Formats: sequence, C-alpha cells, structure tokens
Amino acid sequence: MQKFNSNVPTGPLENRWEKHKFDLALIAPQNRKKYNVIVIGTGLAGASLCATLGEAGYNVQSFCYNDSPRRAHSIAAQGGVNASKNYQNDGDSTWRLFYDTIKGGDFRARESNIYRLAQLSCNIIDQAVSQGVPFAREYSGYLANRSFGGTQVSRTFYARGQTGQQLLLGAYSSMSKEIASGRVKHKSRCEMLEVILIDGKARGIVVRDLTTGEISSHTADCVVMCTGGYSNAYYLSTNAKGCNTSATWRAHKNGAYFANPSFTQIHPTCVPPTGDSQSKLTLMSESLRNDGRIWAPKNKRDCDKSPSDIAEEDRDYFLERMYPAFANLVPRDIASRALKDICDEGRGIGSVVNNQRLGVYLDFSSVIQKMGADKVKEKYGNLFDMYKSITGENPYEVPMKIYPAPHYTMGGLWVDYNLMTTIDGLFACGESNFSDHGANRLGASALMQGLADGYFVAPQTVANYLARGQFKEVNNDHPEVLAAIDSVKSRIESLMNAPDPQHSPDYFHRKIGNILWTSCGMARDKDSLKSAIASIEKLKSDFWQKIKVTGVDKDFNQTLEKAGRVADFIELGHLMCVDALDREESCGAHARLEYLAESGDAMRDDENFGYVAAWEFSEDKPLLHKEQLDFEFIKPTYRDYK
Amino acid sequence: MNFTLHIWRQKNTQSDGSFVSYKISDIDSDTSFLEMLDQLNEELIEKGEDCVVFDYDCREGICGTCSLVINGHPHGEKKATTTCQLYMRDYANQRELWIEPWRAKSFPIVKDLAVKREAFDRIIQSGGYISVSVGSAPEANSQLVNKDDADCAFDSATCIGCGACVAVCPNASASLFVAAKINHFERLPQGKIESKKRAERMINQMEEEGFGSCSNHRHCETVCPKEISVSNIAAMNNLL
Repeated sequence: MQKFNSNVPTGPLENRWEKHKFDLALIAPQNRKKYNVIVIGTGLAGASLCATLGEAGYNVQSFCYNDSPRRAHSIAAQGGVNASKNYQNDGDSTWRLFYDTIKGGDFRARESNIYRLAQLSCNIIDQAVSQGVPFAREYSGYLANRSFGGTQVSRTFYARGQTGQQLLLGAYSSMSKEIASGRVKHKSRCEMLEVILIDGKARGIVVRDLTTGEISSHTADCVVMCTGGYSNAYYLSTNAKGCNTSATWRAHKNGAYFANPSFTQIHPTCVPPTGDSQSKLTLMSESLRNDGRIWAPKNKRDCDKSPSDIAEEDRDYFLERMYPAFANLVPRDIASRALKDICDEGRGIGSVVNNQRLGVYLDFSSVIQKMGADKVKEKYGNLFDMYKSITGENPYEVPMKIYPAPHYTMGGLWVDYNLMTTIDGLFACGESNFSDHGANRLGASALMQGLADGYFVAPQTVANYLARGQFKEVNNDHPEVLAAIDSVKSRIESLMNAPDPQHSPDYFHRKIGNILWTSCGMARDKDSLKSAIASIEKLKSDFWQKIKVTGVDKDFNQTLEKAGRVADFIELGHLMCVDALDREESCGAHARLEYLAESGDAMRDDENFGYVAAWEFSEDKPLLHKEQLDFEFIKPTYRDYK
Repeated sequence: MNFTLHIWRQKNTQSDGSFVSYKISDIDSDTSFLEMLDQLNEELIEKGEDCVVFDYDCREGICGTCSLVINGHPHGEKKATTTCQLYMRDYANQRELWIEPWRAKSFPIVKDLAVKREAFDRIIQSGGYISVSVGSAPEANSQLVNKDDADCAFDSATCIGCGACVAVCPNASASLFVAAKINHFERLPQGKIESKKRAERMINQMEEEGFGSCSNHRHCETVCPKEISVSNIAAMNNLL
C-alpha cells in the first residue's frame, strides 16, 4: 500500500504544479501504446480523461452504467464553470479564485491542490471553446461572464442553463474521436463491482453487464475511478437515479481510505417533495435568490391557507430578519438550515410528507411589480417554465415553493496530490475524490474540478505512475482475478436469495435515506448521530435477511442493480455518521448543533479538527487517520454573514 | 387516479414481445409518469414477479435516457418534454395507457421498454467532433464568434440524443439528430473547417446503421423535447 502521504510539493505556491510536473516521469510517445489504463465513469472527469489519455497514445478501457457515455449526471449541472480569466477586469486572479475556494470550503482542504485548480481553470475554458462548447457570448463576439453564488467577481462561464450538458458533450465528442481511433475501448451498461488487487496494486476490475448479467474481469496497469458522488445515500436528492457509491465503496473496502464522508452539500432551492411516491428532487438555480424573497407564515394556523390570503404582516421573511446584511443571499448551508428550522417549527407550507409540511415560499410578486412581468420573464423565464412543468403552478401568479435537497458530496476517496488513493495504482478524479472543496463547495466549481482532473492533472500523474512501475501481465485466471469474480458472484447470490425476502430495494433505500436525512443532514448532534449509527447497524442486518429481488441474475434486472447499490449506501451511511460524530466542530456544510454560534454560523475548531478525516475500512470499527492541514499562505478566518 | 396499463413486455432482443395489461390504482396526480411505473414495479416485487425494465436516469429532462411511446406519442403528447417530465395530472382524462419502446430497426429492443441506441454513439464517433487535442487550444477569446451564430449553434447543441426523432419518423430516419450535430459545429468558426468531411462521414454512418432518409414529414421537430428545428436538416443538405 502507498504510504498515507499527501505528496504535496514544497516551495512557492505559484510554482508547485510546474515544478511537480517537471519532477514527474514521462513515457515517450512510441512507448505509450504498451500501457493499459482502465477508466470507470464517463462524466466530466472520466470522459475528459479518456479523451486525453487516448490522444496521448495510451490504451484505455472505459466503462459506464448508462446506455451511452454522454448521459453521465455531469450533464445536469445548470449554473456554469468558474475560471479566473479576469475578462471583466473586476480584480479577479488565480489567487482570488484560490482564496474564495479555500474560504468557501471553510479551510478544510489543501492549499496546493486548490491553487493548482485555480491555475488550470483558464485552460479548461480554452479547451472547451476549441471543442465547440457554445458558451454565452456578448454581441461583440467575446465570451460572456456572470457572477454566481454570491461571488464579488464575474468569473462564471455559462451556456444558458445547460453548462454541464455542453461541457460533457465537448468531452464526450473528444472521447468519441478516440474511440474511433481504437485507442479507447468503451463499454456502456456495465457496472463496476470489484477492484482487482495484485501484490497490493490495483490491476483491474470486475464488472457486471447490466443487460445480460454476465460477470467479467478486465485487467490493466492501473485503474482510475471517475464515478461521481454519493448524494443518493439520502434517497431523495438532485442526483440522477443511477448515481451510486458502489465503485468508491468497493475501493474503500479494498483498502482505499474514505475522506470526510460527512461533508455533503444540501442545496436550499429545490422543488419540495409532494408525496411518498417521490423518486427524486429537482434543483432550481440558485440565481432565483437574487430577486425572490423567501418567507413562511408567522402563525401555524395560516400554513394551509392560500398564500394570497395571508396578510403582509402575517408573513415572516425569515432570512431578511435573521441575516439583515446578506438576507436572501446567505450561503447555501445557512439558508438550508434556516428553511429546515422553520419547517421543523411547524411553519412549513405545501404538501404534508411524513406528517410535516416541507416547504417555504420563494416569492417574486414584489419584483414582478417593480420590474414588470416581461423583465422577470427575460431573466428567469426558463426556470419559471421548468417549475410550472414540475408543479403545475404558475410562479408568475403563485409564489414558488422550495425546500432543501442533497446535491453534492465534498467527501470521497482520499487522494494525494497525484490524485492517487491509498491503493497503489488506483486513482480517483472529480466528485469521487475529496480533494478540492473542503467542507463546502462553491457554485460553478464542480465542473471546473472534474475537468481539471480529467484533462490536465490525472493524465500527467497517471503517466508518472506507469513510467515508474513495472507491470507483469495479468491473466484472467490469476488467483486474485478469480477471487474477485467469486466475491462478486457470491454477493449477487446473497442479494438474490435472502433468507426471508420481504422488502424491495427501494424500501431499504428510503429507510437509510430517512435516517441520514434526519441525523446526518443539515443539522447534526451527538445523540441523534449515535442513535442513527445503531439504527443503521440494525438496518444492515435486516437488509441482508429481508431483501427481495425478483427475476433472475443472468438478465437485465434493474431490481438487482438497485439492491447492490442500496447495500453499499447503507454501509457508507454508517461511515458518514461515524465521521460526523467524530468531528466535534461545525465547519462549512457540517453543522453540529452543539458547535454553532448564536447567529447560526459554523464555529470551526482548527486546533483540534484542522484535519482531513481519512477512514480506513475495518469490519469492526472504522479506523481514523488524520491528515493535518497546514495553511502556509493564507490565514484561516471565520465566516460571518450577519 | 386509476389506470389500465398495456405495457410492451419482451424478454430479449431475439424473442417476440407482446402487450401485458396491468391495473394500477391510487395514483396521486402529482406523481410523475415514471414514478407511476416505479409504483407498478413495487407491486410486481410484492407479487414476486419480474419488474418492467425501462430506461431513466436524471429524471429532469436532460440526460436523454428515458424513452417511452405513450398512446402512440414518443415522450407523450405534451410539447417540449421528455417522458420523465410527464405527470399523471397530464393524463387525468385518460384511463388506458399503451406504453411501448422506441420502434426502429437501428434501436433493437434489449428488454421490455429499453432499447439499444449505440448507433447514435457510432454516428458521433464517425465525425461528430472538432479534432482538437488537449493542450493545443488557443486563448479562448482569440477567436470571436458572432453572437447570433453562437446562439444558433447552441440551439442545435441542445440535442439530448434521446432518439424520439427516430421513433416518430415513418422512415426511422436519424436526420434531425445528425443534422443538429453537424449544424452545431458548422455555425462556429472553430468547427467550420471540418464541416464538409464531417457531414459526409456522419451521413454515411447513419445510412450504414440502417436509419432511413428524410422525406420531410417533419414529425421529428414536433416530438423533439428540445424543440430542435428541421431547418437543421436543410442546412445539412446544403453542405453536401
């Protein structure tokens, strides 16, 4: 196993990546075709990495669970992608993007990684534009920018509300070019279910063909996971239904440390759930908070009234009341928590779900009055249409209803500066690693990180790993390969043949989701986390006793797919609670009720918790390893939004 | 709400399929169409039966995975929506729903309602890209793009690759899909250079995959969830 060492270079921050790149070993162009790399997942990180490695001349085997690599959930990102181009001459710089990102993450990420990310941000825009990504432009023909997520500079590049789709199609088209060249071999509708380790090094994976149920092994010189985040552990989230933790969790169970699993972002402006049949939640762009006013009834007795029957003096514009300076524009975590508190008090509005009304109003009536409906339509038309198509209500006439939903996970596989996990030869890129967002991610920086990892960082560090190693060929009958296949098969057999089959995968998924949402969501505390851990242990044993999967395993069986993913979410959910319990401080999105300032702001404890929590798997009790975070270049400060 | 569902069940690509009828009751009007199918599958699990396979992922109309023909209409009757954006309130006046997969030779049925659309991927691989390698991109603002061109390119680029255009076309033509991609790049100076070659290759590949030709029925633009215009097809033909 690789040592638990961040491998961060030393010297001036500005030169670290350049210097590190120079120190990395290279492989000559004519030799690259001798090396094989497996890439799992074809979102922004995976597709961009496949394209780049293919262009360089390596042999790449790529896999995704979707029916086409173009469909990964990166496609749903709306807002935009940050880059410190400073096209607007408003004082932006690499340093400022670096500073905003590290502060936004509440000082729980590495300075060196984030600085590199800020440096690479500009190359991403260049690359995407030359691939034909149709970013918004001014009449002059220059690229347009906007300010996003409360930043003071306009550094966000966007393609209407479809930035994620357009960037992914750019990466997918480059990847397609490499598939045509034969250097990338891609298989859709395949799910990775095990890592193959030989002499402690990641040398392959076991996948299940989702249409036939066939189990096969694939070997290579190293493996890169680009498998996204785990917001679906909460059952209802803004993630696509198929997003899962199975790949990262298999890696974790094979020895890769899992870092900061409890750092999950819950986005305040989502369409509220309406009933028990709800299968996912939809995000409404954060930009709505620029003009909409958020309120709830002052009195519980008004909650079932139509909003137009609630008098102005009976409305509580609670964010404006609680945070007069930032009002409706407070950061995501603070807004989410305030919304939840109002609903917990019994002042929520809208549909009753689990005996509680989950929602508050986001009201545009005053801005419609001021600006006119036409201006509002110009600015928010597509969002209003989207809302109307989901809810059947017209937001020009009735206030929108919103409620928070899990959206992004900052936690993930622990990686060093080279994006390598604690397993030699196993890399993790994009949302699947923990590396750049600390305890909270800023808007428009997820796309930036996925593409920086895939286009620019991993291609260099993977080459270095290959150049420095020696890789004996692995045959498909190697004992470790057979053992990995056996473990996958026996797990599937347990899922298909539980002793007392009673409940569907969705039943258990809702259960784990409910526990995590209640105890490890927007607000956490010691007692509730402890009882959640006990409940999850019970749920896990119930699951393996009572999971009911119909159909057969050698077939296209979506019930079986779900069951395997839910089993992993239950185990990960346990670790999320263990991590949240260990971290006796509040930071970013991790709000421990015992450690909140009266204002509701997070109270960090840098002295005792200024570390990355990297968990090692153990059947009995997860083992904690701490990576101390040193801030050499900037001084941690406290966030204050009063 | 209560419905009678007639769902196409087919074991695999080789076998014959048929409609199987199911009754489903107590559906809330705010339930989405796919959530209604989820509910049916939960009932099938309860009864110990194999679930209905159907494709879905993002459930917000952008990934292009979902693909159902409902009472004869790909993605249902509602304009500019994907199947996952339909709600049962849209079916308040209908009690019988006929649910089928995309029907086209080039999209073979994998099981039940799921089809294989890899032909679309192969069309993109044949030329649906700009040949730029990572690292060789010039400064982004060094090449200006007329805003109208950029906006038109965007309109074509919004294609989600769902295949509804093929499913509805009497010729099972993929012309709208192919033309949208060709036109997206043709509108941009950085994509124009390869336009002619790109169009030739992609159209050849489309034919090789067994898709038909366009004979101006224009059903494709009516069902397109992203409202991509057939004028893309005219623009593509002008390139040849």
